[in-house]
Parts: sequence; structure tokens; C-alpha cells
Amino acid sequence: MKPLIRTLSLALAASLALAAAPASAAEQPKTIKAVMHAALTNLDPIQTTADIALLHGMMVYDTLFSWDENLVAQPQMVESYTLSDDKLTYTFTLREGLKWHDGQPVKAEDCVASIQRWWVRDTLGQRIAALATDISVVDDRSFRLVLKAPFGYLLDALAKTGSNFPAMMPKRLAQTNPSEQIREAVGSGPFKFVREEWVPGSKTVYVKNKDYVPRNEPPSGTAGGKIAKADRVEWIVMPDQQTAQAALMNGEIDFIETPQADFIPMLRDTQGVKVETTATFGIQGILRMNHLQPPFDNAKARQGMLALVNQETYLRSIIGNPEFYQVCDSIFVCGSPLQTRSKVSYPDDKARVEAAKRLFKEAGYQGEPIVILNPTDSALSNAAALVTAQLMREAGLNVDVQSMDWASVVARRPNKGKPSEGGWNIFISNQSGMTASNPLTNLGLAATCEKAWFGWPCDEKIEALRNDFATAATLEERRKIAQALQDRADESVPYISFGQWVQPVAYRSDRLSGILKLPNSFAFWNIAVK
Amino acid sequence: MASHILRRLLATVPVVVIVAVLVFLLLRLTPGDPAAVIAGDHASAADIERIRASLGLDRPLLEQFFIWAGTLLQGDLGRSIISNMPISSLIAQRIEPTLSLAASTMLVSLLVSLPLGIAAAWGSRTWVDRFTMVLAILGFSLPVFLVAYTLIYFFSMKLGWFPVQGYRPLAQGVLPWLQGLALPTLSLSFTYIALLARTTRASMLDVLSEDYIRTAQAKGVRTRALLIRHAFSNAAVPVVTIAGIGITLLISGVVITETVFNIPGLGRLTVDAILSRDYPIIQALILLFSGVYVVINLLIDLLYLVLDPRIEY
Repeated sequence: MKPLIRTLSLALAASLALAAAPASAAEQPKTIKAVMHAALTNLDPIQTTADIALLHGMMVYDTLFSWDENLVAQPQMVESYTLSDDKLTYTFTLREGLKWHDGQPVKAEDCVASIQRWWVRDTLGQRIAALATDISVVDDRSFRLVLKAPFGYLLDALAKTGSNFPAMMPKRLAQTNPSEQIREAVGSGPFKFVREEWVPGSKTVYVKNKDYVPRNEPPSGTAGGKIAKADRVEWIVMPDQQTAQAALMNGEIDFIETPQADFIPMLRDTQGVKVETTATFGIQGILRMNHLQPPFDNAKARQGMLALVNQETYLRSIIGNPEFYQVCDSIFVCGSPLQTRSKVSYPDDKARVEAAKRLFKEAGYQGEPIVILNPTDSALSNAAALVTAQLMREAGLNVDVQSMDWASVVARRPNKGKPSEGGWNIFISNQSGMTASNPLTNLGLAATCEKAWFGWPCDEKIEALRNDFATAATLEERRKIAQALQDRADESVPYISFGQWVQPVAYRSDRLSGILKLPNSFAFWNIAVK
Repeated sequence: MASHILRRLLATVPVVVIVAVLVFLLLRLTPGDPAAVIAGDHASAADIERIRASLGLDRPLLEQFFIWAGTLLQGDLGRSIISNMPISSLIAQRIEPTLSLAASTMLVSLLVSLPLGIAAAWGSRTWVDRFTMVLAILGFSLPVFLVAYTLIYFFSMKLGWFPVQGYRPLAQGVLPWLQGLALPTLSLSFTYIALLARTTRASMLDVLSEDYIRTAQAKGVRTRALLIRHAFSNAAVPVVTIAGIGITLLISGVVITETVFNIPGLGRLTVDAILSRDYPIIQALILLFSGVYVVINLLIDLLYLVLDPRIEY
């Protein structure tokens, strides 16, 4: 018996030692362990507009064009393209040697199918679809797109990095109904998705795509060579920020995409950890009113809300550290090529409140409850909703803050009915600065009545200006139209920006190097792991 | 005995059916729309409608119920609305961390609380008893997350003995598995130790005041045999009941511990599914948990028979 026990003990000790022994450095893949802002639960960047699906898309899929750091669309999968003299016919030729992650070659027919799927869902894509008279394959590497009118924003649309972004995928997947989720994540991007290791809500794993052929140009924005320097990237979901921060300080993870503002000073004081802003355009806060229901069916009441919104008050409450926010009266965000100036300004909060009282009175406001949807599980939206409610109370408005979770907000906001019958008056959201920076993509600006984003603003002048913008050929023309849109938005108030902020990332600078600065997102290519 | 087990198992069928119907209806009456969650913040109402139609959520409630019940009867739990993964796979991915945490917590809790409770009862009103009571009050009063953060601070950040977070599957080795489980187990055990130690102490105090214990003492039975064989075997019934309830709670609802230590267990799967209104996952998990309750209650009842032969069913 004793020899048996001894043998078993030795075997157990050996197995424990084996388990504890680290593999040699040469054997271990260079892995980036990253905590992202949300769990990846949907693999389809066309079906969903969720930001995390966009980031997943940027890992797995490639695009025909990409924006460089100056926001100029540069060829990515495309080797060359031609545009006819009448500016109606584009012919695109793909680079040689591109392969899907399943080993099949990338063909023009795949790209045609991908564009056709994308343009059903995306706002810019829908404009292209409405203008397109033909999209057809020329040969294995070339395809043609014919428009009935020039669209100066076409290449920029194909380079888009906001949701929904024009991800290229094999034809067999691109033929999936755009409202249904694709069953596989097969792209031609620098990283491959490892389905076997995917635990939705917990972990997502990518490995380097060894067949990827990067461009020769140096990386710039999302353009240029996308060189995957890490062998493996793990996205780990950590719902508790305190744990994520401790794990980064302890060296268990390498990167946090959205560290909480409270923890930033502590992270900065930790040796080997760096806090840095990489998404230069940041985020714009949106206060959206329901244009179909009183009092905000009247422009005077919306102007009254615009008067009340002191961005500094919001940003101090939501972000806290002035290093990461800026007061910006441009609906196309500050720092963008189309930055505008608003003519609406007030000397102080007292003047704001007085103006709001006057404007609400002119709107015929009778003290009916104004319902604010407050998603308490979103720290940012919750804070903004509470600030809004307090500012409105100071102006003597009757506010009904209805607290719920985010899923309930998104289910309730399509309701166009009266607030007393399940409708609403105000909800809080945000959009990336990149999305806001363009009149065609700015979520809150579209004023297409019933077809517009929840809140349903209806303004022919705004729509006419947006259409002019779509055909404007030069930056100068675009800037003029953007200012005209700003002036009109000051009167019509389709939505209110409550400020602009950037979200820094935190990472182990003793492990990672080469993090790129992008306008509105984050990329894992070009990052070297020590 | 066999007929009793069979009767009890058959009795679970109507329970599960009632749970299934109630859960299905309650979820549909709860505000929220998985199609809107899938579509994302920037989607239009038309996009959401199209997704809802593609998921079949625009069909009449009764039709949706029969589709779900039909697939369930074929042994298929269905697919997640959000990730489109088979629910059985999602549960399989999460069950090991949950069972590991539940088992280690119960093991540690029983190993600590039973001797402590017995000693406290035997040494009633002595320092052992007071120490046990103080420990029990602390266990009940201190929130799990506070204990967890304190353990992380000392044992991970300062001493570097254990990782801050994460679960290492058993397949990766026993040592990493134990290292990952150590702190979550300790923080979760604290409450269970308090609960079980108090229950054991109270139950033992009752038994120790019985005449037959006094008789055994008078006959010179040794203390260990007296406490374990004569007293504890009779005091164990309430302890087993509480431990059984504890196991079911550990399997279905240790969300805070799983969140703080980043353990991908069933608790977090449940909360995530609720927040994203992933109806099929919630339905499947509640059915699973109700099944676990039924089975554990049955096992407890059977254990009563072993512990106390006077009990008959």
C-alpha cells in the first residue's frame, strides 16, 4: 500500500510542478490581453451598430479604402481605381494575393456582395444604393459601380470606420440577410477570429493572420500597412472596473480600452502603466428630444433646452477631469475639418435660465410632465439625465425622470406616442466624434421625419443642405454647407450636444509599444509585445 | 424508497412546466426588446423591425411559446438571440467555473464551519464560542465584495500569491486551477462559514442538552465519539438542509463574486442575458436552476433517511 501511495504522491507532485512550470519564452505566443468596453456578443458589424462589433470587424475584416490620419480615403484592399470623366462610373481593382481566412482568394464578386449587404443597413451606404444603377463584376479582381449622379463622398463612405462599416466578407456570408447575423466571422483582415475559444460575454480570441498581405505604406490612421505584430489577442470581459484596474497594475492584463476616470490618477502613478488618448476625435454627447410630442414639437421649446444646456456643467459631472473634455458648440465636433461656430451663446447660467423660461413660455408650455428616460446601468447616460433634470427644474419645468435599464430605454424609444402612454420626451445618447463630424453620418442631424433616428425631427432645410453636401466637390464648399447646417440647427434644434470628450486607454508600456492614434477607434495591429 | 424517488421525480414535471410557462410569459411582459439590443444604439426603428421579424419576435405570443416548447421537448434548448450560439454550448462553457466555485466553497465552508460550530456548542460561553459568534457576525455583516477586494489587495497586490482575477480550467493543471479559485472561494466561504457554524452550534446545543448525551457522558464515552457519533449525527439534519440550500444558491446566484473575480460562470451568464433580454438563455437557465433545486432537495430528503432512520416517506 505504502509504495502505491508514494507513487501517487510523486505523480501528483510532478503534475503540479509541470503545471506550474512556465513554458520557455520561445514557445509562448506574443499575446495581448485586453479588457474592452463591452463583451462581444454579436459577430456581425453589418447587423449591429454596437461599437464592440465595429472593433471586432476591424480585427477580422478589411475594407476597400481606409482613412489616413488626415481623414483622406486611401486604397486599402484596392490596388487602383478609375473614375470616368462624368464622375459616374468607378472601376475598382483589388490587390493581388488577398485571401480570406478560410484560404480562398478574395474575388471581386465577394466585394460586390459585401457592398450590397452593407448598403442596406448603413446611412451612407443607403445614399449610394439610391444613386447606383449598376454594380457588377468585371473580372476576378475588378468590379464596376455606376451612379446616376455624382457622389463626392463615395470613397470616404467605403473607407468608413464608424458603424456600420463596409466590411468585406466572402460572398457566401455576404449573401446573408442583412437583418440576420452571419454564422461565421471570416474576413481577410490582419487577425483571425478563433471561434472555438469564443465565450460570449467572457472572452474573445484572435490570432495573427499569417496570410495577410499588408500594404507597403507606413500605417496612418486606419490606412497603410496593417502589420499584426502580436501572435494572439485576447479580449477579456471584466464587468468590474476595480478588478480590471488591479489586474493591469498587477501585470495580469496589458490593456484597458476604457479605464474609469476615478482610477486614472492611480494608474498614472503605477510604474510600467501608461494612460494615453488614442481616439483623437473623441465622443459627442447627445440630448435627444421627441419632436412629435409637446412641448418639443415646438422649436421654441427645443431652443429653450438648448439655452439650458451648459456643456461645462455636464462634462464636469460626467467626465470630471478637464484634460479629457472640451466645451464645443460645433455640431460637427471641434478639431474636425468641418468644425463650425454656433451663434447661440449666453453670458452665464442666470441668462440661460431666463432665456429658457421665456422660450418655454413662448412655446405654450403649460407645466405638463416632461419624461426623461434614464438608463441607470449606463453611468454616463445616467449622470447626463440627472444633470438635465436638475437644469430643467431650475427653469421651473415639470420633470419626470423615469429610471430603467438600457435595454428598456432602447425598447421604449421607438414609441412615438404620448409620454403618458409609454412614449417619452428626452433620452440621452452619444456618438463618436467621427460620426458626428460629417453631416451625412451625424446621427442626430438627419431630419427626415418618420425615417429619422428616434425623436423624428422633420426639417426640409436641413435635408436640402445635407443633399447639397453629398454632391459638394471641394472641402471649401463642404465647410460652407456645414456652417449653414449649424445655423439652421441652432434654430431648429434637431438635437443638442452636451459636450465632447476623449476616452483615454491604459496599457502596460513595459509590454506594449506602437499603439496607433486613430480618429475614432482602436486598432491592435502595429502593436509590438515585449 | 425507489417508488418514493420515482414519485418525487415525476412530481418535478408539473413544476418544470409551470416554471416554463411563467418564465416565458413574465419575460415577454417585461419591458425590453432583444431586437433593439442587437441593432445597437444607432439603428433606426425600421432596422429594429426587420431584426425583430428575422428573429420571429413579431409572431403571436402563443406561436412563439409553442415553437420554443416544441424545440425544448426535442431536447434542444435553442440558440441565443444575441450571439446565435447554441444555449447548450453557452451553458457548457460556464458550468465548470460555477461547479468548481460551488464545490470549493462548500468544501471549505463545511471543513471550517462544522468543527467550529461543534466546538462552540461544546465550549458554550467560552472564548471558542465567542470567537465563533464574532466570526459569524462578521461573516453575515461584511459584504462579499468588501471581503473580496480586501483579499485581492493583500494576497494579490501586496503579496502576489494569487491572481487578481480569472478562472483557469482544470484542464490547464491543478495548481493554476486552485490558484484561480483560492480568493473567490475564501471570500464566498466567509458567509457560508458564518451560516453553517451558527446552525451547527444551535443544533448541537439542542442535542447536547438531551438526556442520552448526559447518559453517554456518565458512561465515560470519550468526548470525540460523544460529539461526532452521538451528538452531531443527530444534529446534522438542519445543517444538511442549510448546506443544500447553500449549494443551490451557489450554482444559481454568485454574481457578485463572479463579477469581482471575473469568473465566467452561470451567474454572470444569467445577468448578461437579463440585461440584453436574451429570452431563450434566461428561459433555459431558469429551467436548469429549477431542475437543480428539485434534484438537490430530493438528495437532501434522501440524506435525511441516512442520518435519521426514524424518518419515513
